[in-house]
Amino acid sequence: MRARVLVRPKRGILDPQGVAVERALPALGFKGVSDVRVGRLVELEIEDPSQLEAISSALLANPLIEDFEIELLDDAPAA
Amino acid sequence: MKTGILRFPGSCDEVDAQLAAGLVGEAVLLWHGDRDLQDVDAVIVPGGFSYGDYLRAGAIARFSPVMESVVEFAGDGGIVLGICNGFQVLCEAGLLPGALLPNANRRFTFRQVELEVVEPDTAFTSACPAGEMLSIPAKHGSGRYYADEPTLDRLEADGQVVLRYRPEQNFNGSLREIAGVRNAAGNVFGLMPHPEHAVDALTGSTDGLRIFESMHEAVEGARV
Repeated sequence: MRARVLVRPKRGILDPQGVAVERALPALGFKGVSDVRVGRLVELEIEDPSQLEAISSALLANPLIEDFEIELLDDAPAA
Repeated sequence: MKTGILRFPGSCDEVDAQLAAGLVGEAVLLWHGDRDLQDVDAVIVPGGFSYGDYLRAGAIARFSPVMESVVEFAGDGGIVLGICNGFQVLCEAGLLPGALLPNANRRFTFRQVELEVVEPDTAFTSACPAGEMLSIPAKHGSGRYYADEPTLDRLEADGQVVLRYRPEQNFNGSLREIAGVRNAAGNVFGLMPHPEHAVDALTGSTDGLRIFESMHEAVEGARV
């Protein structure tokens, strides 16, 4: 089974990467963009998806500072 | 006193830590893949970029074989010091409260900082002269200390906040200017600045030596 884990900084925690991206956009002529948050996307193949919750909270994310979301995908190989 | 300094792939300050610990006793390097702590009296988790800091700083080092032994050693009351990346590893391992986030100034920053010794009566600060600041270099990209508000209140109330930056020098944006914390039992301590780089007058300050002298006092004092 193919799965994705989305990891993002918890709400309310300053995200310097997001701030840097947000500040770069006006220089490129893009306006009206705010509240940019930069997270992480982990894609993986897993035999037993019931382990994903434990994998995510033990290693992929630090639950103290990050939220994560698990997304199960089809068995079709990634493009 | 015998101190063991961990060496991970990507560590870069382990030799300076070994030299600094060597000023107060014997100091040996411990390879990340070994579980044997070689009967050391204290452990230092050094600075650097263990396992490339992939995922998050310290996230992978925490699962190394040597860290299993360090967790056990700390649980038995052994003295453990984490410096910079070592602080990040100890937080990820749950040996210290909180986490270290990317610097608020969005830059890897290297500068001399002055630290207030908030708790002068610990296994890591007992040799610090009362009321004096420590001048020690800091160099990191992810040093913003974070814990939720109730945790911060508890840490302050319980005397676990050991070192603070001068407010105007808190470049990384650490909450409540926290530069170093210890665990509730008092035997595990982590800080972002580098005391091992401030033990020789040649490099401008010997204030870092106080940390190693304090650990020496704690270990030798426990023997008496």
